[in-house]
Amino acid sequence: MGKRVGMEVGIAAAEAVALCNIDVAAVYPITPQSHIAEHMADIVHDGRINAEFITVESEHSSISACAGASAAGARVYTATSSQGLMLMHEILPIISAMRLPVVMGNANRAISGPLNIWNDHTDIMPQRDCGWICMFAENGQEVIDMTIQSFKIAEHPDVMLPIVLNIDGFQLTHMIEPLEFPSQAQVNRFLPPRGPFVALHPDNPISMGCFNMPDIFAESMKVKETALRNSKKTIVKIWKEWGKMFGRHYKPVETYKAKGAKTLILTMGSMGETASVAVDEMREKGASVGLVKMRLWRPLPIEELRAAIRGAKTLIVMDRAVSFGGAGGPVATDIKSYLYQDMSRPKVVNYIMGLGGRDVTVDDFIAMTKKAVKKKEDTFEFYGVRE
Amino acid sequence: MKKKKAVSKKWPEKWQEINPGCMVFTPGNASALHTGSWRAQRPVLDTQKCIKCGLCYIFCPEGCIAEDSEGFFKANLDYCKGCGICAHECWPEAIVMVEEEE
Repeated sequence: MGKRVGMEVGIAAAEAVALCNIDVAAVYPITPQSHIAEHMADIVHDGRINAEFITVESEHSSISACAGASAAGARVYTATSSQGLMLMHEILPIISAMRLPVVMGNANRAISGPLNIWNDHTDIMPQRDCGWICMFAENGQEVIDMTIQSFKIAEHPDVMLPIVLNIDGFQLTHMIEPLEFPSQAQVNRFLPPRGPFVALHPDNPISMGCFNMPDIFAESMKVKETALRNSKKTIVKIWKEWGKMFGRHYKPVETYKAKGAKTLILTMGSMGETASVAVDEMREKGASVGLVKMRLWRPLPIEELRAAIRGAKTLIVMDRAVSFGGAGGPVATDIKSYLYQDMSRPKVVNYIMGLGGRDVTVDDFIAMTKKAVKKKEDTFEFYGVRE
Repeated sequence: MKKKKAVSKKWPEKWQEINPGCMVFTPGNASALHTGSWRAQRPVLDTQKCIKCGLCYIFCPEGCIAEDSEGFFKANLDYCKGCGICAHECWPEAIVMVEEEE
């Protein structure tokens, strides 16, 4: 293991971007992403990297600036959170349809209202269907690693899609953790300069973002869907390459003491660490409990997920967002629809929890697990709501 | 009224043939799409009434009206969508809209 430094994860995210030889950053500050924006601006201002930092007046502009710069062949980065991501929404599906490899860090935070600045996943879930690759980091080291990986994945000729890396707001962004940075030489070896498929240039005029008549729109959507679905192959390949170089291994679905477990807890993002402590405690008392962590949310890694939950009797899906008036949390809803045809599928218990920065402790995970095991059928409920 | 010529292959046949991001690599190919086929009415110019003021040319949202060698402003029917703005703006009433169908 290389030298580790103590650093706030938001600052580390900006430092990771600085290693990636970016050309343009267009970032509008918003809590809890502000430290990424501020530190990114510092790095550019101090001349540490040869990049343009565009000071924009809103997130709609920051993502639009990224789209334009990316179309011109630049390697671009932006970061946002919550309401900022909501304001970007209009542009998100356009970027994926234009196949622009924009990389974004999203410091997950609840969406208004009521106004709340703390962590949950309600900001990313409404953007779920925008055609972006969507990943979750669990800790600070993963934020660094996955930020660097994201540029390589997004720009790969077999992918050419934007990526949003979800970094739990405060729970991750404001934590000071011991972190290991790859050297500039290592990153240069891992991440080649961007060679765009095509770029806007007066000498070679092309049209991007074209109009589609009804005769072709559905075909274009099929292309987008196929591109996103196929990206998993390249993502896995690049993660393997990273593992070989740095010894830290990444998979679409990761498991912890899950083999043969009767009950499985499924999490995304930073709560996986708390859940793993809960699993340890329950295992010590003889319970057959394991943990499944979904790193990749879009494209949904269903084959890997099926393999991870095979044989389990109860699957407890932890959702930090809710589809109001729908079938439950977005993660559970997706998984349940995939499992619908499986004869030996586990019972799926869905908890909506950890909303708007509500702490979910080890004891909470144990309590939820005990409760879930006793349930007779699929359910979804809010956990920890005072009655 | 004769039928409009069908434009040759407008779209890729299969989804697999679509360029990434629907990028178009042939600049200016929008002119191959004859939007005049959308038209329900066509503008007809009475050169006896026309005073060659060019208001129709200024107002045409399609930019399909151009001055000919005699100084008259005439719509290119390959691209004219038949919106009728030229006829509406023409104060000497030299332009009238005529139904396309027989």
